[in-house]
Amino acid sequence: MKNVELFNVSKSYEKQKEVISDISVSIEPGEFFVLVGPSGCGKSTILRMIAGLEDITKGSLRIDGNEVNLLPPSKRDISMVFQNYALYPHLNVEENIVFGLDVKKVKKFERKERCMEVAEMLGLTDYLKRKPRHLSGGQRQRVALARAIVNQAPICLMDEPLSNLDAKLRAHMRSEIRQIQRKLKITMIYVTHDQVEAMTMGDRIMILNEGKIQQVGKPIDVYNAPANPFVAQFIGSPPMNLATANINLSKQELSIGGRLKLSIPSNDLQSYQEDTVTLGIRPEYLKIVNSINTKSTNNYLDVKVEHVEVLGNETIVSFQLDTYRWQAKWNGQWNVDVGDIVPIAINYESICLFNSASGHLIKGPTQVENHIIHEVTV
Amino acid sequence: MRWVKKGLVYIILSIAALLIFFPILYAFLISFMTGGELLQGNIFPERFHLENYQKAFDRLPLAHYLLNSLIISLSVMLGQLVVSAMAAYAFVFIPFKGRTLLFFIFISTMMIPWEATMIPNFMTIQKLDWINTYQGLTVPFFAIAFGTFLLRQHFKTIPKELHEASEVAGLSKFRFFIKVVLPYCKTSLVTLGAYGFLTTWNMYLWPLLATNNDSVRTVQIGLKQLQTQEMATEWGVVMAGVIVVIIPTLILLFLGQKQLQKGLAQGALK
Amino acid sequence: MKSQVELNGMLDNVVKKKKGIWQQSLNWRTALLYLLPSLILFSVFLFYPMGKTLYLSFFLTDRQGEANVFVGLENYLYLLESEAFLKSIKATILFVLYTVPTGIIISLFLALLANEKLKGIGFFRTIFASTMGISVAASSVVWLFLFHPSVGFLNKIIASLGGQGVDWLLDPKWALLSVSITTIWMNIGFTFLIILGGIQNIDEHLYESAKIDGAGYFYQLRRITIPMLSPTLFFVITVSLINAFQTFGQVDILTQGGPSESTNLIVYSIYREAFVNYQFGTASAQSIFLFLCILVVTILQFKFGEKKVHYQ
Repeated sequence: MKNVELFNVSKSYEKQKEVISDISVSIEPGEFFVLVGPSGCGKSTILRMIAGLEDITKGSLRIDGNEVNLLPPSKRDISMVFQNYALYPHLNVEENIVFGLDVKKVKKFERKERCMEVAEMLGLTDYLKRKPRHLSGGQRQRVALARAIVNQAPICLMDEPLSNLDAKLRAHMRSEIRQIQRKLKITMIYVTHDQVEAMTMGDRIMILNEGKIQQVGKPIDVYNAPANPFVAQFIGSPPMNLATANINLSKQELSIGGRLKLSIPSNDLQSYQEDTVTLGIRPEYLKIVNSINTKSTNNYLDVKVEHVEVLGNETIVSFQLDTYRWQAKWNGQWNVDVGDIVPIAINYESICLFNSASGHLIKGPTQVENHIIHEVTV
Repeated sequence: MRWVKKGLVYIILSIAALLIFFPILYAFLISFMTGGELLQGNIFPERFHLENYQKAFDRLPLAHYLLNSLIISLSVMLGQLVVSAMAAYAFVFIPFKGRTLLFFIFISTMMIPWEATMIPNFMTIQKLDWINTYQGLTVPFFAIAFGTFLLRQHFKTIPKELHEASEVAGLSKFRFFIKVVLPYCKTSLVTLGAYGFLTTWNMYLWPLLATNNDSVRTVQIGLKQLQTQEMATEWGVVMAGVIVVIIPTLILLFLGQKQLQKGLAQGALK
Repeated sequence: MKSQVELNGMLDNVVKKKKGIWQQSLNWRTALLYLLPSLILFSVFLFYPMGKTLYLSFFLTDRQGEANVFVGLENYLYLLESEAFLKSIKATILFVLYTVPTGIIISLFLALLANEKLKGIGFFRTIFASTMGISVAASSVVWLFLFHPSVGFLNKIIASLGGQGVDWLLDPKWALLSVSITTIWMNIGFTFLIILGGIQNIDEHLYESAKIDGAGYFYQLRRITIPMLSPTLFFVITVSLINAFQTFGQVDILTQGGPSESTNLIVYSIYREAFVNYQFGTASAQSIFLFLCILVVTILQFKFGEKKVHYQ
């Protein structure tokens, strides 16, 4: 187990604009750390800098406290899994797995033993003599994985390793990789563009956009309190709904497009200085108002349904709010037709507010459906 | 209707094949004929006796020439493979200053017809005392831009992740070249090898200049000798010589035709 | 968290450890190592002799080829006035015109035929490609016999049809044509293989979509095959042109440049001037001329072919 630290790391090509700016993060030993962001955000570049495949323009990279900026990849005690697996097509599975050991001059007997052990762990024992082209996508993925862990390197880097698999296999491999990482206590740095992978696999995740860190934290914290609208929309599916809202301090009121008004608790008043903010709310917090008596106040909105997706266990309804397209997610199956008028309720407790200029989070949701297993069973 | 069209295509194919292959077939048949049979204008020999072949080998050191041709063709083939593969590797996997310029210079060598340089080359070989030596017939042909070009094309298809994976594993540049690049591009190496062998085996002008005795003379020059010696009377012997000379390359072509076709088309067009 | 001062110190360290010149040029030196064999060979056997040829073309030489007297452009002027050289140029141009278009049209026809998906098509492909495996010397010897005035096959056919035999290689009117026929036959194998490769590279879906639109064979040929094949054809034309300029073996075996120099193609002319007449100066001037011809062809190929043919 080793830790990896980045201090003010930047990257630019040929004196042009920085593609990575000022990244500082400390990755703990044995941690599963996920770099996530849209394509072109620089997440792969960061991974490749850690691997030593790209030069670091500015800043310092430390592994276990030692600066490794100038070390070649092979001296950094890492293993790496590539998106297209990078299997050697002319070697069979076994030769592929022990390729790195061969170079590191591991004894033949030990090579064989370690290969068998890893093959067993990943269910590859029957395929050892096959060439990669005779394997399915999932099997190739396992070989790539096997090749990475057979090195027993304390740090493993993975660059979108699951993106070439179909959805079902991907879900399966997610848990498998996570289990192997726990078992071998590897420090894992994992790059993906898929927020589901980030949420489900990472101990901590780092969201990147345009070469800059947006937020670092536990997945659930990031989900509940996104640092800015970008993170809010990137994490979670469907994404968080956003709209511009006006604050009227004298009336203690928050209004969206003049139609919906929410009263602000007096305790919160001093945290608002500006007139307009960006309001965000997760689709699952947009509740339908189904009894007349709750309609007594102003905290609901009649919206016209524009699109409905019934997914069996949940229903997603889209509608227009001012110029924004919003989505609501309700549990179970709802019989709603396009064109129906539906009353939607918004709770002050479940909204996020962002500074409309800087995008910083001003207020996160205070009331989330956070279940704790002991309370339910008792 | 469908099979009428098919039949028609077969007929045209057969006629074309006959026309194309006729000179070879005819040479083959004549190689079994005596002078008398030839004069009568027969197409098929009376019997398949090997007398003409016997004579061809008697009159000239044909076996020696064949061996020379084999040695020279194999040497050029190997030389071209090694030299081209090394250059192509540098162009694809080592980023260095002036790479584009140097590659352009390589490409530009294709513009220089070898015949335009043969006079000074002949003098060079003479000064090196390489006349009538194997090195005189092989070394000048080791570097070919086409080979570098063809291999570079294939090397470029190697996923860069393969290179990076080797770097992470700690492979040196040379071992990556030997253990990954070359096996990965086996097909192009075979294509280039076959091409090099074929063109060298069939080379005519340079062996004519660079040899003046039998010691390293190739079969192609042997054919010319045979033809000048025997032309008046014994065409059968000459044709026997022709058949002996073309059989190795024809076999090579038959075996590697598909490969050659794909490889050359790719090298030419991508 | 580290303090700012500490961080700055660390950054300084990074700068100090920046790679030295020796380190930075590592790639350059490694590349040079790999390129060295090619560079040496090209220098010794291509660039140097090309320069030497140019140099020699300005001199009169002795029998060993040593430059004796500087004559400036005299060799070139001499060539332009020399009837023999002009005849050689004319023969070369005619030869190119005879061989290149015909050879490509025949090969294209054969390639289209051989692209049909029929049983046993592999056999026909092999036959069509077979001339590629036959050396210049062997082909020339075989055709020398086919052209033979009395026992040659061609004249026998003519005679059996009641015609008058032709002196294929001895009649100045026929000799160049005869050499051309031999050359076309010899080149069919290579040209055929390249064109067939080009045809097979065309995306099958294009034809399927055309068939759904109800396009006939010749429509498909005109609107899909030929346009999609144009880079291949362009390449083949260039290679054939260059090959035609470089023709030597056929001439040496079939006609030795005769009769009355009607088949004295440029390379043969160079060869004779240098190694028979020992006029290395004028031979070099002719070589420069050959170089220029091929340069023009190659430049045209790059200029017009670049859009369709990707070199990078």
